[in-house]
Amino acid sequence: MKNLSEASPAASTTGSRQAATDSSVAAWRERALRLGSTPHTRRGVSTRVIVAVVVLLILVVAFIDFIQRPALQLDVAAKYLFAPSVLEGIANTLKLTVLSMVLALVVALLLATMRLSKNPVLRGISGLYVWFFRSIPLLVLLILWFNIAIIYPKIQLGIPFGPAWFTTDTQQIVNGFWAAVLAFGLQQAAYTSEIFRSALLAIPAGQSEAAAALGMTRRRTFFRVLLPQALKIAVPPISNDTINLLKGTSLAAFIAVPDLLYSVQTIYNRTYTIVPLLMVAAFWYALFVTVLSIGQYYLERALRRERRYVPQAQTADLTAVVTGSAGAAEALEPEPIRASREERF
Amino acid sequence: MPIDEIPLISAVNLSKSYGSHQVLSAVSLDVPRGEALCILGPSGSGKSTLLRCLNMLERPDEGAVFLDGALMGYEEHRGKFRELSDTLESRQRSQLGMVFQQFNLFPHMTVLENVIESPRRVLRRPKGQVLAEAHVLLDRVGLSSKAMSFPGQLSGGQQQRVAIARALAMKPKAILFDEPTSALDPEMVTEVLQVIRSLVDDGMTTIIVTHEVGFAREVCDRFVFMEDGRIVEEGASDLLGGAAAHARTREFLAKVL
Repeated sequence: MKNLSEASPAASTTGSRQAATDSSVAAWRERALRLGSTPHTRRGVSTRVIVAVVVLLILVVAFIDFIQRPALQLDVAAKYLFAPSVLEGIANTLKLTVLSMVLALVVALLLATMRLSKNPVLRGISGLYVWFFRSIPLLVLLILWFNIAIIYPKIQLGIPFGPAWFTTDTQQIVNGFWAAVLAFGLQQAAYTSEIFRSALLAIPAGQSEAAAALGMTRRRTFFRVLLPQALKIAVPPISNDTINLLKGTSLAAFIAVPDLLYSVQTIYNRTYTIVPLLMVAAFWYALFVTVLSIGQYYLERALRRERRYVPQAQTADLTAVVTGSAGAAEALEPEPIRASREERF
Repeated sequence: MPIDEIPLISAVNLSKSYGSHQVLSAVSLDVPRGEALCILGPSGSGKSTLLRCLNMLERPDEGAVFLDGALMGYEEHRGKFRELSDTLESRQRSQLGMVFQQFNLFPHMTVLENVIESPRRVLRRPKGQVLAEAHVLLDRVGLSSKAMSFPGQLSGGQQQRVAIARALAMKPKAILFDEPTSALDPEMVTEVLQVIRSLVDDGMTTIIVTHEVGFAREVCDRFVFMEDGRIVEEGASDLLGGAAAHARTREFLAKVL
């Protein structure tokens, strides 16, 4: 820096630095060129490597120590990994997840459109629903649905306060499994409806206007223009919620639904091998979450349709336009628009 | 303008306000078949609102719009106006093409899908016919090589040309342009104006809200100048050369030319 100011023409005219001669400029230039070709090194690279090695070492030691602990009884875990009751638990867990999520998605879409409608009553009901189901803890809701028969002992189909055409005991329909589906699905719907609502709000108003100008009805606009764009925005948060729901279904063990956790608990209550069986449950949950995450990746990629690969000729054409070489762009277009500068108005 | 012919588009006494702000004050306007009309005026003068009232994207508070003699958006019922159903209104709207400042192409559809969507699904026309016409239209706007691209992969000028092709695909009776070049880089304005000019040359009835006064003078037949929600002057577009009668119009032209 000092060398530079001494040699610069501005500095040489200030009077006090008259000493700046041709030879000192040449010397500065030589040094500048030498420094200009000196290799660069980054500060702190060695520190980074040391920290990384130490952290990795600690982790490896901790991991080796963990899997060697006798309490794990990995042989026991391996024995029960594919036990029939565990597999049955897995099936129930997956059924619970899928049914709850389907219920949640359908109800959520309904709630979101109600919330965005012009009808204040529908808006209010949707808001009330979301408020209610977000306010009650999931476990409370689960036990409440399980005991719904106490409030409504019979389900009737008929005229209110009039004759009934069909009557059945509530308990015969809402058993533990369906109580769990209703509790998980209806609460999830409240959260998912907020995801749908924000996704729909994220779409510019111009989209609906363009659709209307093209003669589309509001219904067609919703299904052909708004929903496809909203789904793309909603997929990451909904995938997140699905993963949460999968693990959350383990709460169903509280009302004795034979899901994965419940099956595992039944076994260890008998054999007292608590840790290895929890390992079995952890393994299966982690496996399914991994599968869901991979699914999410591919779903997002499939929905990102407009960013897919474009054939070479078209990309070349595009870059020609972007870089402003109008001639190249026109050469690739069969019937080019004459866009010469002279014709500017 | 021949008095004995029903105008293709006619606005009678349109008024519209947002809260206490009066955007349109009893605007009346006749556009005969085949005319190219431009609407000029400072921002906030109600140009876009007038255009959007013509195809009922905005409902006027008072007044009526007629397309080819037929009342838009309403039906007469016991001496009062009653709003048309969504289905009927949509069908009416499809007869008026509209091109927006922000293009508003559907980003999840290819260029070709954008063009064929409404002819296929709203008009329910056979696919082969619609596809063939779409290719002709894309060729006309110079974008047949982009049929399989997505809007996000196109420049602004190309997107606007697709938007014009999309509007034409519905075979509208007239096309409304709402500041079609205002969102474009200067070097892309020409390619879009060129397409509009060719439509006007073909005799398409056109209403264009624009700030391109030079284009308006050259291509349009007639201009209206709006200020504070009223039409303050109208005349042949030759007058835009500087011979405009109204002082406010002259003042505006002096600024933009």
